[in-house]
This record gives sequence, structure tokens and C-alpha cells, in this order.
Amino acid sequence: MTTPELRQPRTGDPVALDDRARDNLRFIRETMERAGSFTAVPGWGGVAIGITALGAAVIASRQTSELAWLMTWLGEAVVAVCIAAWTTLTKAREAGGSLFSGPGRRFVYSFAPPLFVGAVVTVVLARIGYTEAAPGVWLLLYGTGVVTGGAFSIRIVPLMGLCFMVLGTVALFCPWSWGNAFLAGGFGALHVAFGGLIARKYGG
Amino acid sequence: MAAKGGAIRAGREERSRRGAPTPRGREAAAANLDRIVHERTRLAIVSALAVNPSLTFNELKGLLKVTDGNLSVHARKLEEAGYVGCTKSFVGRVPQTEYRLSQAGRRALEKYLDHMEALIRATREG
Repeated sequence: MTTPELRQPRTGDPVALDDRARDNLRFIRETMERAGSFTAVPGWGGVAIGITALGAAVIASRQTSELAWLMTWLGEAVVAVCIAAWTTLTKAREAGGSLFSGPGRRFVYSFAPPLFVGAVVTVVLARIGYTEAAPGVWLLLYGTGVVTGGAFSIRIVPLMGLCFMVLGTVALFCPWSWGNAFLAGGFGALHVAFGGLIARKYGG
Repeated sequence: MAAKGGAIRAGREERSRRGAPTPRGREAAAANLDRIVHERTRLAIVSALAVNPSLTFNELKGLLKVTDGNLSVHARKLEEAGYVGCTKSFVGRVPQTEYRLSQAGRRALEKYLDHMEALIRATREG
């Protein structure tokens, strides 16, 4: 994202008082959006999601049927979405509410499409009996969403997305039995590590 | 009606001839500007703090891409005006300065926004 121009337009330039006023309003809006996205990602939420994902990995690894395994991770996805929504909203409210609509909306717009693709592909994989490929696909697409959504945020966010993408790609070319370990490493460890970093460095 | 139109035209010509604009209303509006928030760096500080409960010195510095000296001078000015509150603490052994917007600062920003909108409206109507 471009930095709003800090240079003061020349005063005493008579031509366009209203242009300058418009420019000032734009500057304020851009600064607010940048400052908003600066901390719009809830770090502690990421840590919480990571911990629940580690728990889900333990439970999932004990399941014997494919369906129960899938349901465990779907349940975890629902829990994660709830945590993310709650922490994001809390954070937005603390920081003055509606002003977050800009960066927040953009994040959702670029984050949602890859997740939708992930859901569709999961259904297809389940139908043809290839759920073993799901962990890699999930990590890859979730990473894609974070990279594109985080393109407007602090640099550490797209970096986290990139780590997910790398992990997902590796997972697709490794033995299927490692699936739970990859999911624990991605949704668990990566979330805890990056969430903690974001929370400590960027305030919550 | 025609006379009024003529007057407006004459006014415009006058303006473009002298290169100076400003019907009286706008001039007054410009003069009343809150100079404390009008300056770009200070406007950026106030805007950034308006959407965050608080920001540290380093966060502001990274966000606004300004130098230490520049930021501390402008932040102090905002502090002196009562627009920004500042708390100093230690994180481990590293001193940390944290800024937050005061009620007066929030009001000043709102007033400034109103002011800018009024300027744009005045030009559109004028």
C-alpha cells in the first residue's frame, strides 16, 4: 500500500482551497485505513486458534473412520471462525468501530474466495474418496487467502500466509499419513507463533 | 438574476486575474483552521490514533515513515495542546512511549473534518 503523502501542500497557493480540503480528507482517510489495518489482525486470536487446532490434531489422529476425521477438522474450522470473528470484532470496537470497515472489508473480500474454493474441493475429495489430500489443499488455500488478504496489512501477515502455502505444497507431496502432523504444524504451530508475534509487536 | 450571474462571473474573472481567490467566507474559514492539527505529520498522528486505542512511538514512526526527531517534535506539540496523552514505561529495560488521543484531540479532529467538508461545500456552491 502506498504511504499517504506526508508533504504539506504549499500554503498560500490560492488556486484550489477546496482541492486542498479534498486532499486533506483523503490523507486522513488513508492514514486511518493504514493505521487500522496495522493492528486489525487479532494476534491473540491467532494464538487461541492455534491451540485449539493442536487439540483438534490430537483428536483427529485417534479417529478410525475417514468421516469422523473430516468432521473433527470441520468442527475445528467452525471453532476457529468463531474465535476469529469474536477477536476481530472486539478489537475493532476497542479502536473505534466503523472506521475499520475499509481494511476489514478488503481483508474479507480477498480472504473468502480461496476458502470457498477449499470447501468445494473438500466436498469433491470426499466424494471420490481422496480426503488424504485435504490437509495439503487446506493449508495451501488458507495460505493463499492470508497472502492476498494480508497484502493490505503489516508485512508479517502475508509472510504467515506464505509459510502456510509452502507447508501445504510440501504436504501434498509427502506420505498421506503425515496429514495430521502437517495440519498441527500449520493451523497449530504457525498460528501460535505468528499470532504471538503480531500480538506482542503490534498490540493485541 | 442576470446581474447576479454577472457579478459571479466578474468575481471569477477577478479571481483568475489576481490569481487570488477566496470570497470572504472561505478566507475566514481558512484563517480559523486549527493549525495544530492542520500540519501534515500532526494530522497523520491524530488520524492514526483515532483508530487505535494507543500506539507506541515506534509504531507511529513505522506507520508514518517519519524520523525520530520529527515525530517527537510534533507529538510534543500535540501533547502541549492537550490533544494527545503520553505515558512512558519500561518494557524490560527498553523505555517505551505510548500515545493516545484525548477527548480534546478527538474533538479537534472532528472539527477539522467538518471544516474541510464545509470548505468543499462552499466552493461547490460559490
